[in-house]
Amino acid sequence: MFWYLLLLWGGISAVEVQRPRGVPLSKRPFYEENKPFTCLDGSRTIPFDRINDDYCDCQDGSDEPGTAACPNGNFHCTNAGFRPTFIPSSHVNDGICDCCDATDEYNSGAECQNTCRELWRKEKESMQKLAEIAKEGFLLKQQLIQEAKRGLEEKQTKLGEVQNSKKDLETNVEALRTAKEAAEQPEKEAKERHLKELLGGVDKVNTAAFETIWSKIREKYVSEVRTQTPSSNTDGPAPVETPQEEVREPVSDNDSEPYPDDDIPEEEDEDEDEDEDEDMDDGDYKVTGFDYILECLPIFTKSLFSSAAQKARNEFEEAERALREVDDQIRNLEKEISFDFGPSSEFAYLYSQCYELTTGEYVYRLCPFNRVSQKPKYGGSETNLGTWGKWAGPEGNVYSVMKYEQGTGCWQGPNRSTTVKLTCGKETVVTSTSEPSRCEYLMEFTSPAVCQEAPDLEVSDIHEEL
Amino acid sequence: MTCLRGRMVPVLVVWLALCLSGTWAVDRSNFKTCDQSSFCKRQRALKPGESPYRALLETMELTNTRLTLQLINDNNKVRLLLELYRLQGNMTRVKINELKPLKPRYEVPDVLVREPPTEPLSVLSQDENGVVLSLGVESQRVIVSAQPFRLDIVEGHNVLMSLNSRGLLAFEHLRMRKDTFSYKVTSTVASLWDNIKRVFSSQAEPEAENKEEADTAHQAETTKEEEEKVEEGMWEETFKSHSDSKPNGPSAVSLDFSLPGVEHVYGIPEHADTLRLKTTDNGDPYRLYNLDVFQYELYNPMALYGAVPVMLAHNTQRTTGIFWLNAAETWVDISSNTAGKTVFGKMLDYVQGSSETPQTDVRWISESGIIDVFIMLGPTPKDIFSQYASLTGTQSFPPLSSLGYHQCRWNYNDQEDVRSVDAGFDEHDIPYDFIWLDIEHTDGKRYFTWDPHKFASPKDMLQGLKDKKRNMVAIVDPHIKVDSNYKIHNEIRSRGFYVKNKDGGDYEGWCWPGNAGYPDFTQPDMRAWWASMFSYDQYEGSMDNLYTWNDMNEPSVFNGPEVTMHKDAVHGSWEHRDVHNLYGLYVHRATMEGLIQRSGGVERPFVLTRAFFAGSQRYGAVWTGDNAAEWDHLKISIPMCLSLGLVGISFCGADVGGFFKSPSPELLVRWYQTGAYQPFFRAHAHLDTPRREPWLFGPENTALIREVIRQRYTFLPYWYQLFYHAYRTGEPVMRALWVEYPQDPATFAVDDEFLIGRDLLVHPVTEEGARGVTAFLPGKEEVWFDIHTFQKHNGAQNLYIPVTMSSIPVFQRGGSIIPRKLRVRRSSACMEHDPYTLFVALNTRRTAEGELYIDDGHTFNFDNKEFIHRRLFFSNNVLSSVNVAPEAQFTTKSWIERVVILGASKPRKVTLITADGHKSQLDFDFDASVSVLTIRKPSMNAGEDWSMALQ
Repeated sequence: MFWYLLLLWGGISAVEVQRPRGVPLSKRPFYEENKPFTCLDGSRTIPFDRINDDYCDCQDGSDEPGTAACPNGNFHCTNAGFRPTFIPSSHVNDGICDCCDATDEYNSGAECQNTCRELWRKEKESMQKLAEIAKEGFLLKQQLIQEAKRGLEEKQTKLGEVQNSKKDLETNVEALRTAKEAAEQPEKEAKERHLKELLGGVDKVNTAAFETIWSKIREKYVSEVRTQTPSSNTDGPAPVETPQEEVREPVSDNDSEPYPDDDIPEEEDEDEDEDEDEDMDDGDYKVTGFDYILECLPIFTKSLFSSAAQKARNEFEEAERALREVDDQIRNLEKEISFDFGPSSEFAYLYSQCYELTTGEYVYRLCPFNRVSQKPKYGGSETNLGTWGKWAGPEGNVYSVMKYEQGTGCWQGPNRSTTVKLTCGKETVVTSTSEPSRCEYLMEFTSPAVCQEAPDLEVSDIHEEL
Repeated sequence: MTCLRGRMVPVLVVWLALCLSGTWAVDRSNFKTCDQSSFCKRQRALKPGESPYRALLETMELTNTRLTLQLINDNNKVRLLLELYRLQGNMTRVKINELKPLKPRYEVPDVLVREPPTEPLSVLSQDENGVVLSLGVESQRVIVSAQPFRLDIVEGHNVLMSLNSRGLLAFEHLRMRKDTFSYKVTSTVASLWDNIKRVFSSQAEPEAENKEEADTAHQAETTKEEEEKVEEGMWEETFKSHSDSKPNGPSAVSLDFSLPGVEHVYGIPEHADTLRLKTTDNGDPYRLYNLDVFQYELYNPMALYGAVPVMLAHNTQRTTGIFWLNAAETWVDISSNTAGKTVFGKMLDYVQGSSETPQTDVRWISESGIIDVFIMLGPTPKDIFSQYASLTGTQSFPPLSSLGYHQCRWNYNDQEDVRSVDAGFDEHDIPYDFIWLDIEHTDGKRYFTWDPHKFASPKDMLQGLKDKKRNMVAIVDPHIKVDSNYKIHNEIRSRGFYVKNKDGGDYEGWCWPGNAGYPDFTQPDMRAWWASMFSYDQYEGSMDNLYTWNDMNEPSVFNGPEVTMHKDAVHGSWEHRDVHNLYGLYVHRATMEGLIQRSGGVERPFVLTRAFFAGSQRYGAVWTGDNAAEWDHLKISIPMCLSLGLVGISFCGADVGGFFKSPSPELLVRWYQTGAYQPFFRAHAHLDTPRREPWLFGPENTALIREVIRQRYTFLPYWYQLFYHAYRTGEPVMRALWVEYPQDPATFAVDDEFLIGRDLLVHPVTEEGARGVTAFLPGKEEVWFDIHTFQKHNGAQNLYIPVTMSSIPVFQRGGSIIPRKLRVRRSSACMEHDPYTLFVALNTRRTAEGELYIDDGHTFNFDNKEFIHRRLFFSNNVLSSVNVAPEAQFTTKSWIERVVILGASKPRKVTLITADGHKSQLDFDFDASVSVLTIRKPSMNAGEDWSMALQ
């Protein structure tokens, strides 16, 4: 093969002698000089001089490998010094240089330079760069995988611990509930007495309304007594470990909790507010009843909200809250443990991180597995470009594309969504964003986690040896 | 691109929200009905048969070329001047103006290509009832009846057309405003006088009348307004929140035309309606008033973006035409005795004394200007095309590349986007010639500029396209952002080139850039300046492969009445009212002139416009505006372009895929299959729709779209030759069937299929889920060949054709020869030197003929006889090519690679005889199953004489 390529390098005339124009070496045996040629699809046989005679005889275009005569033919660029390739016949002699060896424009007057060596040099450079990146990236990826494994183990251990502590808490809660109920007995009696005395009997009032009012009274008088509970953000599950600090630029987000539950507390808060509002608004009757009670409430009743009952209540609520938090923790851990962070969990490190890219107009923010957003650079509110949907790469490479869906709705259009394309890189960076279609965003994102084992640098199909 | 463009300045959002109301249909309340347009309402209220107009025969003057005659309105004594011309080419021109208007009335300039040459008129006979004039040819005469005034054009015993036969001539003369104090004094005195006079005249009418006529000149001044009532809307009119100050008062003109024997009328685009015009008795008249109609509705007479006031009337005997040269808001009423005989019988009896013959009556009503009407007498459809072309010119001959495929979208986001779409076409092996940029390419909707971030190096981008022999179109709209940092605005303002408002300041309105001025394109020096802005040194970043698109040139004014300019805005000494329908034509013209000038007059321009008027064909292409991705919109593209073709505008297309909304893959594919066989072939999409480049709908659909775009490219030689023909003759490229089969009534209302030239018949699939279509194959003598299967079908039949997604029912007429280039490449320019395949389809007499036209494809050198024009014909088993333009000189590298003869029998041998007498035997294949003979590689140059004998 080497001698043949040398000939090729020697000049086009040599090629002509060897095989018809536009025929790849692999097909050469089909084009035997001066023997009738059978179309490669077997449809007919024609004299050899009809090969490349600028008239299409074969339906599959195989008789005109070197001309533009057949609509479905292919021209083989040898591209000595670079990578051989096929171009559609329609690109032969169309005045546009397609083959780097200029062989496609032999009769069009187009002045094409042989750029194969130059291309090869450039490609080699960029391949080398890519290979280096891939190599380093792949090493980083191994670390990521290790760390993810460790992280996973830790989480599983933690989960076990937490699940154990949950049992204790549950026991504790039950004990405290009993204590609380005992301590509340005097209060309960007082309440019933008041109900009778002040309002003239249970059957005359809406007991449910009374309950509401009563609890409000209690809250009002007890609020000072009550101790402040610790704020949830110092008490949440431990922040996720952040391996590979040097390869990414996490956006400072110290007070953030592990998500995807990040948003949920807020929403719940809102819901609670709404519920309260609804209760308050249940009817005028209750409001006036409440005022009435406040006015008439004998002073001594206050003392009935005894510190003993209150203490028991507080302790019980405290224990309940602790149990809830443990439940949350378990949920979060279970979610994170079962989350699809790639075949080797190499994407786990992205969890709870955010990455930004600033363009002319906007700051784009990608928080992997959570959401994508866009904020005008010069003031204005943030727009949700989609929340985590799924891995959406093509079959065989599912983990190359992330899809974020159901962002803020577009005016007269769909909800915003973002496709994130991942490519191999040493660093974890958003490299570009665009909006190819209205409200459909595209983000390019590099990460070592997508790096594959460094390919062999000696690209086999390039005629480097020439 | 109407008002719904998402990224608007905040103020516009409010307006848009109002404009939208969330449904996908036009908000009719934004546009006037006849009742809401005071002149239309006034004029339409007139009853037929009560014409107050009388011809004063004694005022008749006849010079060699012109007859003049005064008409008097017996109600108010206002006199009109009638001018009648016999024009060369079997046309009659009738002009009616006030004899002595208070101030000049607008006469439309710049539409006629020249003052139409006249021919002598002569008086055949005359008496007190009228005059008979000879029109010279074929015993054609004009009969002028005196009382009531009426014109009849007759041939032999047949009335071809009558004017004012229903007595609906109305001419609102200019007058002083009555509700001013000084006027009231005089008018009170005058009406007193009138009452006295009336008492006497009723007793002695003939005398009084004679007396009146004798001293009308004196009396006119004092008496002529006496009968006029001041009606609402005469001096001021409001529509929604907009007020029209109407300083000139009422000024409408109107005239009726009767067309005996006619049941089919066509034309008066632009309307989203059937090819055959409908009667308007039960609704509004057809309206001609260039408007930016958001999400237009189909099958109604509402005005759209353009207006060509030309109507064609046709029956099996004759085609005639009416060209109503008036650029003001115009309404056209159509009624027919066959459409609802019981209703119209009475009126008809009045007109004709009989209700036996079918008859169509039309009536034109315009808001201002004069009556200037050209009556084209045919008699054939092709005569009409050449008559109309002699008045307003022919279709400009476009660069060959512009007949290829255009890829457009609002918007291609940036240079990288353009690059990747361009690469996508190569990757999927789909040819295209133009990629388009909508308004977002500019720096803040400042036309002639580029967004500095997204299009930072436009020349690099253009060069990238040029390297692939492709081109770009960038939008340049006529609304200019009011911004003192914008050069174009500053220049227009300092030169006083903006349209003025009624108070004399620069008119401003809202459009894409926010507050915008509107250059006064009616001024020649404004147009010259605008044209100069396209020179390469002025239009930064432009190159010779950048062409232009004029949108929004109705003009669209978001906050104006009916989304357009206030009628009392001022263009020099005229109101916008007078010139409205011309504005878009002038924008188009100035832009086209700019593109010609930038190349020193060498290169042919390409400019697309949305608004148009009679004569717009001279300046480039039009499209049907902002349609929607709906099957009905696909269907309507056919009659809309056919109607435009009938009135000279051949370079027509609809947005492939539909502008608003998102097409299903099936609709998109069907639209490509239809658009590929329509003259202007451009895909376009709204900003808010998902991307729809041809390869985004799966490999199967990509393959279907690729196939049909490639089919388009194989037919480019034929399209090009047809456009050359349209440029020479004015004949439409895309033709209604009746144009070629004028004697077959079965063709008269067909608008679900069409002809390209006369040799290709296309019946696109426009039904969702279609399993088959029924195509009408016209012509008793004809045979038609399916271009895909080569199957032969007889004419004069309804043929059911089963279809799959890949089917596009297209037929080549037996008797025709169509040159094609089967080597489809990246763009039309890449195919320049490629060889031809001649498709010879034999008719029942085993003959065929066709043409081959070749030039450089992009310059005006064809005007200097640099072209090849050959006639190809087949008879007696010999196919020959002869030069029909021996005086022309051009050489081509293209050769004939193949001849395919459809309907052939198998020859023993085929011999080629070249110009030098050399004979050679040619190889051939014969497919007996479909009788197709394929002659292999005759190889002669396409510009040479040759013949080929089948033995």
